Amino acid sequence: MIFTLKIWRQKNAADKGGLVTYKVEDISADSSFFEMLDMLNQQLIAQGVDPVAFDHDCREGICGTCSLYINGRPHGPLKGVTTCQLHMRSFNNGDTIFIEPWRCGAFPVIKDLIVDRSAFDKIIQAGGYVSVNSGGIPDANTIPVPKPDSDAAFDAAACIGCGACVASCPNASAMLFVSSKISHLALLPQGRVEAQHRVQQMVSTMDSLGFGNCSNTYACEAECPKEISVVNIARMNREFLAALLFAEKEKQISFSL
Amino acid sequence: MFFPIETIRIMDSSARTRFSSITSKVIMALAGLFLVTFLLVHLGINLLLLAGDGGQSFTAAAGFMATNPVIRIFEVVLFGGFLLHMVFGLIVTLRNRASRPLRYQHKSRSETSPLSKYMFHSGVVVFVFLILHFIDFYFVKVGLVAPPSGIDRHDFYRRSILLFSDKGYSAIYLVSFLFLGFHLNHAVQAAFQTIGVSHNKYIGTIKVVSILYAIIVAGGFMVIPFWFILVR
Repeated sequence: MIFTLKIWRQKNAADKGGLVTYKVEDISADSSFFEMLDMLNQQLIAQGVDPVAFDHDCREGICGTCSLYINGRPHGPLKGVTTCQLHMRSFNNGDTIFIEPWRCGAFPVIKDLIVDRSAFDKIIQAGGYVSVNSGGIPDANTIPVPKPDSDAAFDAAACIGCGACVASCPNASAMLFVSSKISHLALLPQGRVEAQHRVQQMVSTMDSLGFGNCSNTYACEAECPKEISVVNIARMNREFLAALLFAEKEKQISFSL
Repeated sequence: MFFPIETIRIMDSSARTRFSSITSKVIMALAGLFLVTFLLVHLGINLLLLAGDGGQSFTAAAGFMATNPVIRIFEVVLFGGFLLHMVFGLIVTLRNRASRPLRYQHKSRSETSPLSKYMFHSGVVVFVFLILHFIDFYFVKVGLVAPPSGIDRHDFYRRSILLFSDKGYSAIYLVSFLFLGFHLNHAVQAAFQTIGVSHNKYIGTIKVVSILYAIIVAGGFMVIPFWFILVR
């Protein structure tokens, strides 16, 4: 197969960047999108040109490292897959393919197609964890978990943090990501303990990093490679309001002698 | 958008510290849901124009709305609702525009909820109509704008008939309500999602109710000029 590629090239964060057109030929329909890019890079290296930088790691669709905004859609035209699981048979011979990095003020471009997604790490650091004491291993099932809750928690926990939700959102909102991280802990008894503090901390960090606000277009749900539901965003809103309005205050004890 | 990114940042810097993203959205949603109930009342009264009794029942209803003390108080609440909905709508929209300083070269092909991307645009159209509506009715009623000659400033029935007999006004009216319909189609379901009332059990019901509401309200208002043009 033959393709015309229009790829965003940008030397570094300070560079202005722009689209550059490349031609690739003799591409097998069964080669993956990244294998096609690997072939392009081999060509470029042979020509003495700087190869295209793009994020990839496991190439099994489970790590959340890969990105790429392909022809107006994060992770390309298929539903429920990451870019690494996309194959050239999903395109027509002779197609022109636009490849751009995720666009969001909170995700600055580092080089070419690689963006800095450490904003997500900052949100997780703000509360996306459960504080546990070290010690002996607890017996299984000492804390009962209702099956429907554990199912919903597992669905939310499928989030791989790739950022496709932000990339697809017309407002560059991170609410699907944040809500899935809040949900998978808030639904389980171990996560309930810190739930109120967590939702306030994570939402406030998300806001401070400059992500947009959800306007319920649900582009995120349509593009999420793990098909995470926007029902999680409603849960986050509920959790946030409950924490804002009903959280208990710590008792301030004053001592007098 | 019409503002450069830096202006938006400065305009927004004070708002961001006070209201979180979710709080802003919830205020907007609650104000919107309040306006949604008001629209039904307004439509109910307007449909009395079609009663065929020379405007008797319409004038009675309009008189009740203008004099009842509870309604008078609610008028202030209503203006507050409009103001909150628009101010927070603007804050949220400005933040959203600022969050993606550099746009994509390729147009988005992501599947979205119908018309949901254009809530701000449809809102602006409705806002422009609202201004027109104020000039035509409310400002006339309170005496800020002089009524057309021969019509008492409290005579909303003859005022309405005069306006609808103008084809240009009727066209503006119809287009505005078409956009209101687009706005409402997404608005009701989105408001429930924002206040956290969304669950796989009834998400479908909320969507259907939202669409039906939009069709009934927008359609209901749009019937009126057609009736004046075609039936009368």
